[in-house]
Amino acid sequence: MHEMSLAEGILGVVQDAARAHAPCAVRVVRLEIGALAAVECEALRFAFDVVKRGSVAEAAALDIVEVPGAAWCMQCSRGVTIDARGEPCPECGSWQLQVTAGGDMRVKELELA
Amino acid sequence: MCTTCGCGGGQTRIEGEHGHEHEHTHVHADGTMHSHAHGHGHGHVDDGHEHEHHGHHHPHEHGHEHEHVHADGTRHAHPHGHEHGPGHDHAHGEMHSHEHVHADGTRHTHAHGHDGGDGHGHAHGPAHAHAPGLTAAQMVRIERDILGANDAIAARNRRRFEDAGILALNLVSSPGAGKTTLLVETIRALGADVPLAVIEGDQQTSFDADRIRATGARAIQVNTGKGCHLDAAQIERALAALAPADESVLFIENVGNLVCPSAFDLGEAMKVVVLSVTEGEDKPLKYPDMFAASALLLLNKVDLLPHVQFDAKRAIEYARRVRPGIEVLQVSASTGAGMAAWLDWLRAGMARARQRRQHTVASLRRRVAELEAKLAQAR
Repeated sequence: MHEMSLAEGILGVVQDAARAHAPCAVRVVRLEIGALAAVECEALRFAFDVVKRGSVAEAAALDIVEVPGAAWCMQCSRGVTIDARGEPCPECGSWQLQVTAGGDMRVKELELA
Repeated sequence: MCTTCGCGGGQTRIEGEHGHEHEHTHVHADGTMHSHAHGHGHGHVDDGHEHEHHGHHHPHEHGHEHEHVHADGTRHAHPHGHEHGPGHDHAHGEMHSHEHVHADGTRHTHAHGHDGGDGHGHAHGPAHAHAPGLTAAQMVRIERDILGANDAIAARNRRRFEDAGILALNLVSSPGAGKTTLLVETIRALGADVPLAVIEGDQQTSFDADRIRATGARAIQVNTGKGCHLDAAQIERALAALAPADESVLFIENVGNLVCPSAFDLGEAMKVVVLSVTEGEDKPLKYPDMFAASALLLLNKVDLLPHVQFDAKRAIEYARRVRPGIEVLQVSASTGAGMAAWLDWLRAGMARARQRRQHTVASLRRRVAELEAKLAQAR
C-alpha cells in the first residue's frame, strides 16, 4: 500500500505551498505520474481522499496527468510508447529499448482559491 | 519516507553518531543549496523558478509580453511565460496554455490557440475574474519531484566521489543473494594494497559491518530502522564518519530488497545487482525496475547450478530485456569461480575513476596557469 505514503508525501508538498499563500484553500492538486513510475493512480486517488481530510486540501480534487512511457527502439531507430519496463517494442518486437520518458512523478501545480 | 513501498523514515542509526537528526537539503532555483535540521515535511515553493530536473524533462520558460483586449474594450498588457518541455510544439493553431502573472501578483492559467497571426484567441475560464472584490483562482506551479530532495544530495555525493577518484558501487539484491559473502571474498582477494571501504545498510544489527571489519577493511553500518532502502542523505552522513580514501573503492551494500532501492540514487557510479541461482530466473521480469537501474548483473552461487532448477541463459536473456546493455558476470563467492573476472572488472572501474580525476586535476591546473598568465599580463 505504498500509494498511501505517496499521498502523504504529496499532502506535505501541498501544505508547504499553501502555507506560503495563506489564507487559501486548495482546489486542485495536479500531478504528473509517469506510466513507468510504478504508481497505481486509482489507489493514489483513494489514498489522497483519505489523507486530505481536515487539511487545507480537504476540498481539493486530484488531477493526475499520466505521462506515457516512452522509449527509443534501437532496431526501429525511433521513439515508441511502452506501458511497462521489460515490454518489447510494439512495432518490431525487439527488446532493444531505451526508456526516455514516463519514469518520473512530481507535483506539478496547485490551483488555490 | 519511501515513496515506493511506503516504509517510514526518521529512524536511521549510523554507527558513531548520536541522536536523531532530520536533515533536509533544499535546492533553490539559482542552484544554491542549504541543509538544515528540523522536524518533518518542510518544503519550498519557488514560483516561477525552475528546479533541478533529472531524466529527460527540462521545462523552461520564455517570458514575453502579450496585450489582451477584453470584450468590454479594456486593454491591458502583461508579461507572461510559455512553459513547455521537449516535444511541446508551438505550431500555430494548436491550443496551449499560458500562465499570466498580474501586477498584483495573482496568477492564472488559461488555454488559447494561435490562429495564424491575427491575434490570440483567448479562452478565459471562470477563474479569469477581473472584477474587483472577486478572488481569482491562483495557479501555483510547484514542479517538485517527489524524490527531488534525495536526488540533489545524490548529485553532491557523486561530485565528491568523482573529485576524489572514488569508484562507488551500490550493491543491490533480494535478501540472501550473497552480497555480504561476495564482499568479504572480494576484499580478501583484492588484498591489502587496494584501498577500500564499505557502507552496510540493514534495518537492524551491525552483523554485516562486523563481518566486513573481520577482514580488516573499514566499514560502517547504517541501520535504516523502518526504512527499506538506503537514501542519499544516509550515505552523505556515513561518508562524514567513514572518510573514504582518495582513489579507493567504496562498496555500498544496500538493504536486501529488489524494489525500493532502485528508485533511490545514492550518488554511486553504478548499481550492481546480485542475483543468486537459488532464486527464480524470472526475477528480472518480476522486478524490472531494479534490473533496468543496474549496469552489472552478478549471477552468484553458480557452483549450485547443477543442484537447482535455474536456467542461467534465460535469466540473462530476461535481464537484457529490461536493460539491453547490462553486463553479466557469473561468480561463486564460496568456490571462487568467476571471481577473477569480477576483480578485473573492479580494477578497470577503479582505473577509470582515477583517470577521470587526474584528467580533471590536469585541466584545472591548465586553467589556473591560464588565469595566472592573464593576471600577470594585467599587472
